[in-house]
Amino acid sequence: MSAVLANPALHPPVESPIRRAWAKLRHRKGAMVALVVLLLIAFFAIFAPLIAPHDPVKQGWATVRKAPSALYWFGTDEVGRDLFSRIIYGARASLSAGVISVSIALLLGVPVGLLAGYRGGWVDSIISRFTDAMLACPFLILAIAMAAFLGPSLSNAMIAIGVTAMPIFIRLTRGQVISVKVEDYVEAARSVGNTPFQIAFRHILPNIAPQLLVQATLTIATAIIAEAALSFLGLGQQPPQPSWGSMLNSAQRFLSNAPWMAIFPGLAIFVTVLSFNLLGDGLRDALDPRTSDR
Amino acid sequence: MFTLLGRRLLQLLPTVFFVSVIIFLLQQLLPGDPATVMAGEENDPEVIAQIRKQYRLDQPLPMQYLYWIGGVLTGNLGESMRLKASVADLVIQKFPVTLQLAFMAIIIALAIGITAGVISAVKRDTGWDYAVNGLSLWGISTPNFWLGIMMILLFSVQLGWLPASGYVSPFEDFWASMRATIMPAFVLGNSIAGILMRHTRASMLEALESDYVRTARAKGQSEIKIILKHVMRNALTPVITLGALEFGTLLSGAVLTEQIFTIPGFGKLIVDAVFNRDYAVVQGVVLVTATTYILLNLLADIGYILVNPRLRS
Amino acid sequence: MTSIFKAAATAFMLTAGTMAASAQTNLRIGLAEDPDALDPTTARTYVGRIVFASICDKLFDIDDKLNVVPQLALSHETATDGKSVTIKLRPGVKFHDGEVLDAEAAKYSLDRHMTMQGSFRRPELSIVDKVVVVDPLTIRLEMKSPFAPLIAQLTDRSGMMVSPKAAKEAGDKFGLRPVCAGPYQFVERVQQDRIIVQKFADYWDKDNVHIDRITYLPVVDSTVRLANLRAGQLDLIERALATDMKDIRANTRLKLVTAPELGYQGMTINVGKGEAAKVFADKRIRMALAASIDRAAINQVVFNGEFTPGNQWVGPTNPYYQQKFPAPGRDLAKARKLIADAGVKTPIAIDFMVPNNPETRQVAEVIQAMASEAGFDMKIRVTEFATSLAEAEAGRYQAFMLAWSGRTDPDGNIFTFAKTNQPNNYGGYSDPEIDGWLDEARTKSTLAERKAVYEKATAKLIDEGGVIYLYHRLNIIAHTTRLVGYSQIPDGLVRVKSLKLN
Repeated sequence: MSAVLANPALHPPVESPIRRAWAKLRHRKGAMVALVVLLLIAFFAIFAPLIAPHDPVKQGWATVRKAPSALYWFGTDEVGRDLFSRIIYGARASLSAGVISVSIALLLGVPVGLLAGYRGGWVDSIISRFTDAMLACPFLILAIAMAAFLGPSLSNAMIAIGVTAMPIFIRLTRGQVISVKVEDYVEAARSVGNTPFQIAFRHILPNIAPQLLVQATLTIATAIIAEAALSFLGLGQQPPQPSWGSMLNSAQRFLSNAPWMAIFPGLAIFVTVLSFNLLGDGLRDALDPRTSDR
Repeated sequence: MFTLLGRRLLQLLPTVFFVSVIIFLLQQLLPGDPATVMAGEENDPEVIAQIRKQYRLDQPLPMQYLYWIGGVLTGNLGESMRLKASVADLVIQKFPVTLQLAFMAIIIALAIGITAGVISAVKRDTGWDYAVNGLSLWGISTPNFWLGIMMILLFSVQLGWLPASGYVSPFEDFWASMRATIMPAFVLGNSIAGILMRHTRASMLEALESDYVRTARAKGQSEIKIILKHVMRNALTPVITLGALEFGTLLSGAVLTEQIFTIPGFGKLIVDAVFNRDYAVVQGVVLVTATTYILLNLLADIGYILVNPRLRS
Repeated sequence: MTSIFKAAATAFMLTAGTMAASAQTNLRIGLAEDPDALDPTTARTYVGRIVFASICDKLFDIDDKLNVVPQLALSHETATDGKSVTIKLRPGVKFHDGEVLDAEAAKYSLDRHMTMQGSFRRPELSIVDKVVVVDPLTIRLEMKSPFAPLIAQLTDRSGMMVSPKAAKEAGDKFGLRPVCAGPYQFVERVQQDRIIVQKFADYWDKDNVHIDRITYLPVVDSTVRLANLRAGQLDLIERALATDMKDIRANTRLKLVTAPELGYQGMTINVGKGEAAKVFADKRIRMALAASIDRAAINQVVFNGEFTPGNQWVGPTNPYYQQKFPAPGRDLAKARKLIADAGVKTPIAIDFMVPNNPETRQVAEVIQAMASEAGFDMKIRVTEFATSLAEAEAGRYQAFMLAWSGRTDPDGNIFTFAKTNQPNNYGGYSDPEIDGWLDEARTKSTLAERKAVYEKATAKLIDEGGVIYLYHRLNIIAHTTRLVGYSQIPDGLVRVKSLKLN
């Protein structure tokens, strides 16, 4: 193990780690199914105008709260819009919320984590205590407060979720850095005169990237739920544009006389989140050098 | 070991301090003026000015923080602007509710998580294993609030078996209390069960391949006895420690679930307080929740150190 | 530690209480929100008034025709110059703590409303100069100037009498344990969970009180509230949804009771506050927006046609409704023409602030679709309550969905909304003529005289005022058929006197 990792910059392994991981991932049925489902959802989101049978914001005042039928596959909502089309368009909000907010969390969290882990000392102490403090506060309360502060919109909800999820990545990065910074290759890089900045980004970051990728995939799942929760409270996507969370919010009033309004958006969230979790699991196994191909 | 413990205890102080600062500042960032919210429909400027003065909202921020934290240090969490009740009383009134919910949730989670995790480890790579894995993913992937809504739809609206809302103290009427809390507790426990299940499986597998199990097998002990006596005892300690950690998460995770089931606990108290800009309540409740969470973390760490003698050095 | 003992003791007493109370009747009422502090002087929520209806009697009450009727008072008489009102009190009235309600106590309550720190009644009674005790059962309210709506103010929280002894002892904590002179006395409250009151043995009209105990339970979600009523966990719910009325009517074990509301639902238009007011400064644009809205269709789509479209600050059943100006239908051609005449390029972008309430949001979405056909691009901004107040105050909006719960006297629905610089005038509307009429109406004493003044104001406000009125809700109450004798008054409060539970 350590022989391979001793100095990847100088002696790249014959088989690239990415290719090896892909080979392993391909054999994980669950992860592959999840990947296909996610690609399909992404496809739906991107080509929504071509796929959706109806206009997602076009109201039909004569077809309010109609049950699923051949014309409206998932039924219609409280102002007569086609639920199926809205769910397809809603995928845009959910997927981008998941991916963008986690990117924000990574962009903010990883550098801070690198700094804390690499510098150590009082810098590390302050960052770590601050991270502990943020993790101790209820996630949703932080997100609600931040989203309310920034003003209600999908992009602000993403920022709020990203900032709130940041400590997860600070903590993870810091831990990883501490465990690899004593490795030979870091010592080697230091001895040839690399600046701490270069060491952190060129030598340490690539080595902890797999763990970050796994955590990021799993956090996307959490972020999608968080976006739905914020939209559910009215702090996300603004009407008439659809989001799965805000669709659930409107559905709550009609639970007994139009249950389809709650069932389908919920299923959409469930399937998407499930897929990200499966993919994250698969990636974890594939990127973990300890597990062998099965 | 004691130095480690001492250090952990010392670290607690700055963390709690940061919590107090974060929550105080976040509150201040919120748009809207608590006095205007308080003034209600009549919206009289004179009344608003008076409220601002009464609750020191007209003072500079650092002073407001000092007043608050000074109060906290002397055991006074302040007063709810909306309910005119002391925050400490509200905490005493609501904490047991959320505690009961979290406790039931963790019992449900441990019961499901450990049973399923053990089955999946023992029956590794069989249909059982896959079924359990699927179950755990279901738990992790279902949005709490959606599951809550669906359960209300099924069990309260359609079947009429369980009350859709409300809370009864177990000291008042035990069965009514169980009926009122079983759905929210299940919804809360559901997501944790998935996590516990995975950890149980992993830690069982590790134990099954350990030397002492091999020795026991070599001695010809029955498989059931090996699992019950050797494997589970060793494998479950970390799972229970994790359970303690997750218990802390539950206290703060109850926010939306309590909202949906109208359970008058911490979560509902705090969400209502955020939307009503009832500063003292938000600050007080978050401080108590966060401190409890931090203490539980510490306890879990201590537990971990105790069962893993290697870490003591 | 003591509080734990106290809690345990309470729990024990409750258990004992429940056992002993098995023969007692208990009415369980599902509220749509959790009330604020139960002090008539500092209370501000609508839902709080529902609870007060059982514990705090008022000097006067209103009947289903909105007439003022005596409650703790026997009669009132306004002086010929209109500057003072003499009120005779009902003899033999006791507060829940046994104290007697006499002129001194009444004066104490009114003075408390007018002077206590943090009092929300102060603006309602600001016209009162002082309260004079005439004899042990008579008080006189001396006013700074004639003010017709004064008696109407005394039919609400300003007219609630509190025990001076209890109020002095409790200070600003009175709301935790209110002591009034209503048919029920306060027993216990668990915040956000329940409020329990029980029959007051020395009530002045105790022969008309039949139910022993009332439990108020806040259940925010309307679906859940109705499910609980169906399942028999509640006996009465307030604010049921219009869309559930059909189901309630069809249920043989439930009864539906409604009354038109006192208030209105409307859209506040920023006509004069800050930079954002530019768009609607030209009144043709404001009129175009109003003309593009189909009030009947909103009522049909969102409320199953159960509510009443409206265009004035009181509903069509109110005596002050101006029959001369019925709610207009939609006129898209007119809307387009107005915009063309004004020479404004379409689409006209409008910052449309909408409170975070699913029903209001749905109305807003329908309006968005309607207005877009006339050339408006209404950008909905869902804003939680506290933020929306701050934004409205600062004029950072162009249209704002805002409702008003309504007051008995029409003055309460218009004065602070349309007069220059009044606190609820979020649209920044200002017109000297309107200001004059609103003041004038306050000094007239008969309905006909006041209505005539309001007619002039209505004509003007329909075209250019800061509010586009949309519809009037119903107060929708549903209860089990076990409950007998319930009727609804337009203020929406749940009056519990004379009810029976079989």
